[in-house]
Amino acid sequence: MNAIQVEHLCKRFGTVTAVNDVSLTVREGETFGFLGPNGAGKTTTIRLLTGVLTPDAGSVRINGIDIHRHPLDAKMQMGVIPESSTVYGDLSAEQNLHLSAKMYGMPRAVREKRIDEILLQLGLNEKRRLLVRTFSKGMKQRVSIACAIIHRPRVLILDEPTSGLDVQSRRLVIETIHHMNEQGSTIFLTTHNIEEANTLCQTVCIINKGKIVAQDSPERLKKMFDTTQSVEVSFDRTVTRDLFAAEGILRAEPCGDKWRLYTDNPDWVLKYLVGCAERESLGITSLTTSGPSLEEAFVHLTECA
Amino acid sequence: MMKVPLFLRGILVITGKNMRLYYTKPPVLMFGVLFPLFMFFAFFVGRHLDLTTFFPAFLAMMLFFTASSVGPLITPWEKREKTYERLLSYPVTQDSIILGDVTAGAIFGIGISLLVWIASALFIPVAVMNTGLFVLAFILGTLSCAALGVLLASPAADSPPNVMIFSNLIRFPLIFISGIFVPLVDMQGWGLALAYCSPLTYLVDLFNAAMSGKSAFSPFIDCGVLILVSAWFILAARVIQKRNMMKGM
Repeated sequence: MNAIQVEHLCKRFGTVTAVNDVSLTVREGETFGFLGPNGAGKTTTIRLLTGVLTPDAGSVRINGIDIHRHPLDAKMQMGVIPESSTVYGDLSAEQNLHLSAKMYGMPRAVREKRIDEILLQLGLNEKRRLLVRTFSKGMKQRVSIACAIIHRPRVLILDEPTSGLDVQSRRLVIETIHHMNEQGSTIFLTTHNIEEANTLCQTVCIINKGKIVAQDSPERLKKMFDTTQSVEVSFDRTVTRDLFAAEGILRAEPCGDKWRLYTDNPDWVLKYLVGCAERESLGITSLTTSGPSLEEAFVHLTECA
Repeated sequence: MMKVPLFLRGILVITGKNMRLYYTKPPVLMFGVLFPLFMFFAFFVGRHLDLTTFFPAFLAMMLFFTASSVGPLITPWEKREKTYERLLSYPVTQDSIILGDVTAGAIFGIGISLLVWIASALFIPVAVMNTGLFVLAFILGTLSCAALGVLLASPAADSPPNVMIFSNLIRFPLIFISGIFVPLVDMQGWGLALAYCSPLTYLVDLFNAAMSGKSAFSPFIDCGVLILVSAWFILAARVIQKRNMMKGM
């Protein structure tokens, strides 16, 4: 059975079509990445998936249950982490979790055990009785995640869960997503971080201007645009762009203290760079090649659409 | 089909959440507790009025302000804090949220007004002639006033101060046309016509019937009107909030 089944979903706000005939399928146990530029319709789609908004047309099924016909049953299957850390600042972390658990109808004994477990897991145990409004953004996000997974949902929906977080909090969030996925939860997440989607997701869907423009595995999406590869090089001295004015190099971009050279033929570029280094008496301090990136595919798809 | 236990649980949890979070918010204390007390001092104290005669009207005013002060704050506050979206993603319906907000307002109204009634009974010889009617007045009064409070918050966006100003714009005129400061029997013409349109008039009348036995309308009419306006306020809030959902919250 599919964990999420979306068919011909449409949502208009006045004259603006935010979501235009979106259909997608998320298999059970899958981590599904939903990417798109700002204003592409990601958050509106999430709000439609979670029953927060009512669609103009189309249907959403969560584990086979239509969310707009049977919202309570469908929502029981889900945990949702909205875009911003939406927890009650005037309640403590523990009180927020109690509230969430009560919403899902967890009995007191089960609730208390699970809250202890989850506060430890997310590193919140020592601050469990402090008001959430005193927390940092990262800690608020952890409380938000804890509220969403308190009832061990079969489907976890996250809207940009790592946006604006420091490295430690980001890692913890990603670990938690991995952990939930390993325990059998299906993950649906939106992110701006292409690398995150590349490493976390089995399937990636790209939305632009309210329409799905691609849906496939990250590797297959990259291969759709496999004509360009890149070589990154850095030298022991500063060099100018003129050094890379060669027929086999399509484009050269400075990238920190390195240069990224786009080419159809990385083998030729490597030999060319070694030749240049010998001729100009340059020392090569690093040299790496990489295949097409998901970012390239994303940019291509969202620019062309 | 609606799952009744899930639906009722939603109302209960939301009511508890509202009681914990919003009863001590400054706008609720200001407009729900302090304001009606100041009105009492301004209009009744030092004016050689028979407090026993005016007490039912004062109690109705207290109930009106307390019960209708929580509702206008909850939804805008939650929208501003972005907790409303999470609330909607929980297994609760919008109806549970509305009824949870109404219940929280009603409990606040009953609690504070009962305290005022008990405290007043120590100083003013207030009697209750019909206990059943008195209890009914409390229940129907808090229900209709709390429902009005929730309705007042429904069209608004995410600014609690704007909603409080809007709700006071509606609530303040009502206390002057509902037989609180000028008894219904002394009203004439437009004043009387307006009084008939105010639901607060029927609450004042019901308290008069319960406490002094003197009322302008039959208690059946008072109760009927209060039930009808409560239902209308809740339904209107539901329609407006559903429309907001279609427009994108």
